[in-house]
Amino acid sequence: MATQETSQSATFRHAFGNVLSFAVLLLIGVMAFSIRLFSVIKYESVIHEFDPYFNYRVTQVRLVFVYGIFANSFLRDQFVYPLGRVIGGTVYPGLTLTAGTLWRILNSMNIPLSVETVCVFTAPVFSAFASLATYLLTKEIKGAGAGLTAAALLAMVPSYISRSVAGSYDNEAVAIFALIFTFYLYIKTLNTGSLFYATLNAIAYFYMVCSWGGYTFIINLIPMHVLLCIVTGRYSPRLYIAYAPLSLNVVSIRMLNITFRREKAASSQASSLISEVKLGIVRVVMVVLGTLLAALVPVVGFNAVMTSEHFASFLGHAANLQMSFSNSVVFIIIHVVALVYYIKGILSPQMFKVAVTLVVSVGMVVCFAVLAVLIALVASSPTKGWSGRSLSLLDPTYASKYIPIIASVSEHQPPTWPSYFMDINVLAFLVPAGIIACFFPLSDASSFAVLYIVTSVYFSGVMVRLMLVLAPAACIMSGIALSEAFDAENFLIKAGDTTKVTQNDVKHEKSEDTIKERSSRKSKKKDKENIERPSLVSQVEKRLLVLPLETSVIAVFLLVLLGAFYVVHCVWAAAEAYSAPSIVLTSRSHDGLHVFDDFREAYAWLSHNTEVDDKVASWWDYGYQTTAMANRTVIVDNNTWNNTHIATVGTAMSSPEKAAWDIFNSLDVKYVLVVFGGLVGYPSDDINKFLWMVRIGGGVFPHIKEPDYLRDGQYRIDSQATPTMLNCLMYKLSYFRFVETDGRGFDRVRNTEIGKKHFKLTHFEEVFTTHHWMVRIYKLKSPRNRIRGKTKKSKSKSGTSTSSKRSGTRKKNPWQ
Amino acid sequence: MAAPKFAFLLLNLISILPLLVSSFSVDRPTDRRILVLLDDLSLKSSHSLFFSSLKSRGFDLDFKLADDPAIAVKRYGQYMYDGLILLSPSTERFGGSLDVEGVLDFVDSGHDLIVAADANASDLIRNIAAECGVDFDEDPSAVVVDHSSYAVSETEGDHTLIAADDFIQSDVILGNKKIEAPVLFKGIGHSLNPANSMVLKALSASPSSYSTNPSSKLSSQPPSLYGTAISLVSVVQARNAARIMISGSLDMFSNRLFRAGVQKSGSLNKYEKSGNEQFITELSKWIFHERGHLKAVNLRHNKVGESEEPSMYRINDDLEFSVEIFEWSGSSWVPHVSKDVQVQFYMMSPYVLKTLSTNGKGLYHTSFKVPDVYGVFQFKVEYQKLGYTSLSLSKQIPVRPFKHNEYERFITTAFPYYGASFSMMAGFFIFSGVYLYNK
Repeated sequence: MATQETSQSATFRHAFGNVLSFAVLLLIGVMAFSIRLFSVIKYESVIHEFDPYFNYRVTQVRLVFVYGIFANSFLRDQFVYPLGRVIGGTVYPGLTLTAGTLWRILNSMNIPLSVETVCVFTAPVFSAFASLATYLLTKEIKGAGAGLTAAALLAMVPSYISRSVAGSYDNEAVAIFALIFTFYLYIKTLNTGSLFYATLNAIAYFYMVCSWGGYTFIINLIPMHVLLCIVTGRYSPRLYIAYAPLSLNVVSIRMLNITFRREKAASSQASSLISEVKLGIVRVVMVVLGTLLAALVPVVGFNAVMTSEHFASFLGHAANLQMSFSNSVVFIIIHVVALVYYIKGILSPQMFKVAVTLVVSVGMVVCFAVLAVLIALVASSPTKGWSGRSLSLLDPTYASKYIPIIASVSEHQPPTWPSYFMDINVLAFLVPAGIIACFFPLSDASSFAVLYIVTSVYFSGVMVRLMLVLAPAACIMSGIALSEAFDAENFLIKAGDTTKVTQNDVKHEKSEDTIKERSSRKSKKKDKENIERPSLVSQVEKRLLVLPLETSVIAVFLLVLLGAFYVVHCVWAAAEAYSAPSIVLTSRSHDGLHVFDDFREAYAWLSHNTEVDDKVASWWDYGYQTTAMANRTVIVDNNTWNNTHIATVGTAMSSPEKAAWDIFNSLDVKYVLVVFGGLVGYPSDDINKFLWMVRIGGGVFPHIKEPDYLRDGQYRIDSQATPTMLNCLMYKLSYFRFVETDGRGFDRVRNTEIGKKHFKLTHFEEVFTTHHWMVRIYKLKSPRNRIRGKTKKSKSKSGTSTSSKRSGTRKKNPWQ
Repeated sequence: MAAPKFAFLLLNLISILPLLVSSFSVDRPTDRRILVLLDDLSLKSSHSLFFSSLKSRGFDLDFKLADDPAIAVKRYGQYMYDGLILLSPSTERFGGSLDVEGVLDFVDSGHDLIVAADANASDLIRNIAAECGVDFDEDPSAVVVDHSSYAVSETEGDHTLIAADDFIQSDVILGNKKIEAPVLFKGIGHSLNPANSMVLKALSASPSSYSTNPSSKLSSQPPSLYGTAISLVSVVQARNAARIMISGSLDMFSNRLFRAGVQKSGSLNKYEKSGNEQFITELSKWIFHERGHLKAVNLRHNKVGESEEPSMYRINDDLEFSVEIFEWSGSSWVPHVSKDVQVQFYMMSPYVLKTLSTNGKGLYHTSFKVPDVYGVFQFKVEYQKLGYTSLSLSKQIPVRPFKHNEYERFITTAFPYYGASFSMMAGFFIFSGVYLYNK
């Protein structure tokens, strides 16, 4: 009777717990969505920055609902004249397909939203999904309490917010969700051994491949984990089920990549199928599925992928090799191990021993032979077998050191310590505790989590951008740590004094302003019926009972304080640091708020005052924006797949006027756009990026030499600057007539007076300068109708005529 | 009240009408109205042969003194003349609103110019010439002297009347008929910048000529200009097809030298009549676009077997390209026949360069295969030939790669793979069946 009652109450509490955790999850989702709306509230509902404009345009122009159109669309004149660009082969379709499908669903439900609105809000919606996926993943690792905590942490981790605020319509917006969800399904398969989840896993992985170049991370991490499990003697059929279908999927992608022919891929996979029989039929399904899925992603199927995105070109080179290598090796190993276990089951122990000695001795001989051949091959090759790729494998900073176009992007730099604190805040302190918690006890799932955090910490140390991969891992670890800590403390408090528990609850009620805290309270409740880990709890109990009650209460209080601090920081980061669309800038000064809308002013000018076919040259950062907002053809854009082309523009910018004119003219350029921050102090202008133009240009055209632009190794634009610097096109276009603003040409970014103040342009003419001089547009003068003779007696004609034209467009310094 | 107003309107209309009809147009490139600026109205009679030849070809000459305060080439932003002849070497500044800038703007808006200088030419004329790429000898009193190819005359003289016969080798510029007699020249020489591709020597001096002041003794220093570097008459074709003729001699346009007989020193041939008339007349025909003006129309391209112009090609498409080129004969457009017109299929560099074949009726055509490169290409016809106006046509056309379903579906070389794949599937299926159900 009594047992029945307890079981009934347990069921009731179980149900209550489920409802509560569902409600909490819902609230977490709402929070994840709403915390990302600061950008819309503070600015407006616009697409942010650079790459999202391209994605938006692809979504908008192609309305990617019909697969064939998407795969084959060749955006011609509008993109990177004159080389053109095949959209299907150079873009990850996941994001645009997702947003397009969302738009379509909404429209079919008679909710008439514009494509832009859907694009703006895709990222917040998917971050809510990502929180859900985090909950599921952490739940698989350490239970529901940890899951809820981790979900709450992820919902507002600044690193993720920086990439997924409303308007940040970039691949990462959906990819992080796909990443976490793929991991969840992998762990789920590992825990259950269910083929159903394995299939789902393959599909989720496919979605990830569609979405982001970061899929290489998954496909390196999972084999590593499998290897770890095998090495530590944790091989099980479940591991096999979890890994093999996914791996086949990957192998099929690789095969496709190499052969370009799906038939070949199918045949080579079919040959590997013979090894295992019982799962065979399912695996035929998987192979077919994997092959078909992989074949559907043109960006992966075509070679262009590895150079198409910055990320891909950086990690891709390394990962490409690693991927095929690690995968095939691990794939072979897991089959060998499976075979060994199988044979072990069949043979008697003695026979097995004999067989092992035989196989090992034969294997050793073969290994030595192969090794000898390899050494001979490596020694005979002139480079000793070390190519740039292998170097980038060994030294992850290789690409950023020696390939300037990758190094020029700030998000490819190694992060600084403060950026860790900025992006993951208190999680940095909680992660070690989480790792320790994962070892009590170490399961397949928790070992995966440890591996995930370790590798992602390494990668985030290589480049800032990969902080985004670290953030979910840090959230999971911190969630585990917090949840375990609260478990332990609460257990302690309850065990110590039952009367204190109610007080503690009251206290919780009072300080319930943070969601995370609520979830921790939740975890406490959930944990009681968590029968899975009684041993753990008892362990904890034994160890922690030595602490006095007051200490526990204070510890709980401090943890809550830590959480509160995290929330405050996240909200601040979301509101202040990461919500600027960077197309509209604001600055606060003593006389109020200034809005700098110069970019849109310039793009609007271009779209209204130039011919449709005119080509605009600018540094590649502004390529997508010019294409999307000014609707003009650009020479280079943010898709940096053609280094030579970008180097050409870099060379033109670093050349003297005449040489630059020749280069631009050969590219049919009509207008040149430069971004100049010297008047208002906008630091990320072209002069500050100029050294990269020199480096990238010099990498292809050796007559551009970086030392020519530096005085004693210093980059300067004042009177000490080198003549090459003062005569290059970028200097001239940036500082043309600058002295007219304040009479001495004081640059507010570099905090110095410019070196050359009065000069004329002979091959370019200024046609437009925005209100704050942030964007300046120049037109190439047409070649002279006549060529003048040598006699110098005649007074210069062009000078007077252009100055009369110019007076019309003359601008006043708005600050005077 | 109404009637005089109407008459006034009509009068206005009538005065505008010829302007509308005869203004320089793309369809009729030949000039109509020419302003002639003179130092002295007596030139009108002393150079009447030259003027009457122009008049007889239908030009409408308007004579003005160079310092006439009423000179204006432009009214309400429209040019009132199509050509300008400056036979005023000594004018220091023009009357009215015209100045160096005005003359150059006149040229830069596509109008033609003839300038004649003389010994002691003014800075104004020198500046105009310099702006067009012609540098007259800086010594103001220097003239061209030639002691070996001077024109033989009764008195020995100072050998400043030169008999020059080193003409530019171009039928387009100087006409089909060869100029037999030497051209009599008396004036100053000029030099050209060899790097300047737009200016040409129409009449060069002989190797023994030099530029000096004939009344002063030769100093030990060599003269600044000598030999074939001296150009006597030069022509310029600007990028906008405006044509300019610059001559160092005003006298060579005169009736006296038109009619004079000529015998080159050291030569036994004595000509009754100098080559001046023919040379000047033919050259002025070229200058005023009665000859050597091309136009290209109907640039077309299409896939082989189709007639419509596509908006985009696919790589490896076969296409046909055609363009029509006509030449202005002075009164009508006639087909231009040439074997050296080429088309480029261009993306940063020409991927295809083909010589067009012509049917003799102005149509040039060819066909070629689109290269195996995608991108935004251009059809480019760049035709620059001595004497002709340059043709520069381009038409942008994107070339796309294959669609995903345009590749070959089954390739012969892959048949072993297909075989392996399907036999493996079948074998696997049989094996599974046997293994699972045959205990």
